Amino acid sequence: MARLNSPEALENFRQEILSKRDPKKPCISICAGAGCIASGADEVIAAFSAEIEKEGLQAQVDTKGTGCPGFCERGPVVVIYPEEICYLQVTPEDVPEIISQTIKEKKVVDRLLYEDPVTGERAIHESDITFYKNQQRTVLCNNIKIDSKNIDDYLALDGYSALAKALSKMTAVDVLEEVKKSNLRGRGGAGFPAGRKWEGSRNAPEPIKYVIVNADEGDPGAFMDRALLEGNPHSILEGLIIGGYAIGSNEGYIYVRQEYPLAVKNINLAIKQAEAYGLLGENILGSGYDFNVFVHQGAGAFVCGESTALMTALEGRVGEPRPKYVRSNVKGLWERPSVLNNVETWANVPLIINNGADWFTEIGTESSKGTKIFSLVGKITNTGLVEVPMGITLRDIIYKIGGGIPDGKKFKAVQTGGPSGGCIPEEQLDLEVGFDELTKAGSMMGSGGMIVMDEDTCMVDVARYFINFLTDESCGKCVPCREGLRQMHRILTNITEGKGEEGDIELLEVLSETAVEASLCALGKSAPNPFLSTLRYFRDEYEAHIKEKRCPALSCKELIAFYIDPGKCLACGICYKKCPAKAIDGGKKKIHIIDQEKCTNCGTCFEVCPPRFGAVAKISGKPVPPPIPEEKRIIIRKSKNNE
Amino acid sequence: MDIDRIDQIIDKHQVAASSLIQILLDIQSENHWLPREALERVGERLEVPSSRIQHIATFYKAFSLVPKGRHEIHICVGTACHVRGATRILDTVEEAIGIKSGETDLDLKFSLETVNCLGCCALGPVLEVDGKVHGKMSPVKTADVLKNYGTKN
Repeated sequence: MARLNSPEALENFRQEILSKRDPKKPCISICAGAGCIASGADEVIAAFSAEIEKEGLQAQVDTKGTGCPGFCERGPVVVIYPEEICYLQVTPEDVPEIISQTIKEKKVVDRLLYEDPVTGERAIHESDITFYKNQQRTVLCNNIKIDSKNIDDYLALDGYSALAKALSKMTAVDVLEEVKKSNLRGRGGAGFPAGRKWEGSRNAPEPIKYVIVNADEGDPGAFMDRALLEGNPHSILEGLIIGGYAIGSNEGYIYVRQEYPLAVKNINLAIKQAEAYGLLGENILGSGYDFNVFVHQGAGAFVCGESTALMTALEGRVGEPRPKYVRSNVKGLWERPSVLNNVETWANVPLIINNGADWFTEIGTESSKGTKIFSLVGKITNTGLVEVPMGITLRDIIYKIGGGIPDGKKFKAVQTGGPSGGCIPEEQLDLEVGFDELTKAGSMMGSGGMIVMDEDTCMVDVARYFINFLTDESCGKCVPCREGLRQMHRILTNITEGKGEEGDIELLEVLSETAVEASLCALGKSAPNPFLSTLRYFRDEYEAHIKEKRCPALSCKELIAFYIDPGKCLACGICYKKCPAKAIDGGKKKIHIIDQEKCTNCGTCFEVCPPRFGAVAKISGKPVPPPIPEEKRIIIRKSKNNE
Repeated sequence: MDIDRIDQIIDKHQVAASSLIQILLDIQSENHWLPREALERVGERLEVPSSRIQHIATFYKAFSLVPKGRHEIHICVGTACHVRGATRILDTVEEAIGIKSGETDLDLKFSLETVNCLGCCALGPVLEVDGKVHGKMSPVKTADVLKNYGTKN
């Protein structure tokens, strides 16, 4: 493939790709994202290839492994074009039927379609599924249409046309102004306006500047960036090159965490392909603009998601944050002006350049424009990635898109903003999603993790969990963060273990205040948030743990006990067999009892007891009833003869 | 790990001190841990003091200064997995293989680590053995998965 040396050459090449593609030819897109692979997508892809070969259909059908469309809950996801028939939870055994029915006969296999849990209606197309219907997908929408290992797929969908437009029809300042006008705010957490950040770097006197992609997606429970990197790497690359052009930089870095091996692989491949086409490297599209990109793998440190720590890590050193008296867009990587933006921010740039800032500002609220991708996870029916316009309410996300809480449980809180964010309770669910709105509620936008919690989740334990996470990830530079968090974790652990004392809450508040005031970076400054927000909305749970030694959610292991209700046990023996601690005494027709001395509170009995008996109960805050006397344990069933 | 291979890795990264982390990552991924000789060689070639290499090797989670077991078990304790009961999965695994998180058994059969998020939140709680992800785990299912790798119970 020769290098494309002008925007016209790119356009001609795009037409050439399109002319070779028959839009009517069936194409089977199988999600090959990490979630679907874990559910067996590789086996499904192999089964499709084998079946197509067996039937001799190679010339009539295309197959491709694509990026993640977001509905991980029902993976592996298969979409068949041009009809856009969406099959969910496909197994290799379903493949011959799909080929014989859908591909050959043009019939839909009903049982693989999405069934609405409320109406029972089946949805044929992806867009008919309630999970997708209420979303607005501008960034994620191409994931399922693109084979992420093939640049031609991206080009066929107008890929790199924004770059061509920027280089040939706009000056660097035009690009900068357009991004400023769009009011695109950073999708990584803080929500700083990208245009202003870019402008600062552009105006900095130092001639060598850098642009950096922050793909160190460390927030547990968030995987939007992963899906974009794996599924549509060129969109990020295109945004980065445009950003480089706007600020006058010739060198870009992509910092990806090594826990995402597929993302590392796909982005490296994307760079090679873009270089081969002349979309990266010297004299891009004949414009005279040079730009190179390097991939740097993170080695596992949450703090490296912080901008200054990330830049220190890029220099090959220990990723410790540094003070920001001078912002990194003026003095960043190697003391030079460096613009660092999150993956999703960069992926929005080509859309803004192509469609214009006015198009972008039509979506969203007054202060937060565009769409935002959230990873909706935890105790929610439809787990997955959702892209919604800013300004949508949390209630709509959780109930309309997410389908509510499974198993008839009650909603308790939704945690946003990652470890430094906070929990938002039921009464605030009508809150509109936006950078400033979430901060006001005591949480934050963060990178977009949205973890739903139900009545079984203990809020003290959630605070303990996050503080533990941050204690572990604190780089150790500032004392209030390093030592303060450790003490907070100790106190919170005591509370969850029933060793809490009067005054603990006040002590935690003092420690929080110190960490907020006296830490250098955002990690320490926001670390007490999980505690502060759970205290604000769920103080009663803290008090129940401390004063009554009771866990209202029946979750803290040290504060609960398992008990078999003698009136309900029918001696089926399942819990007896499954108990890993051998703590259950049972036998044929004998009511089972748990030896509280041996019981490790693992909960296996509770989980395996058939729901129709429901004999195992959790108890907290009161003593376990004594086991029933031996002679009363025999179950006498009325036999048919006696009736 | 032999010195020639280490040199090859260092050369691949143009003997640049700024690539120190990338070089260590490559050694770690090939050898599964960082032996003392490897660290010394890297320091010598890149002209970086051992103190800085030690700082890096102990700061980042990806590096191990002790050998790893043949089967590497990772238990995701990310938030999504946590609220769905990851702690119970961890307890089950610790019980079954007799080591705590962060340890390797004496026969070098298993290494157990907790990880913060594998990005498979929809399938939580998640257990990863030798790179293969097992989703929607329960203590009972966990014990079944581990049996395939030769645990006793």
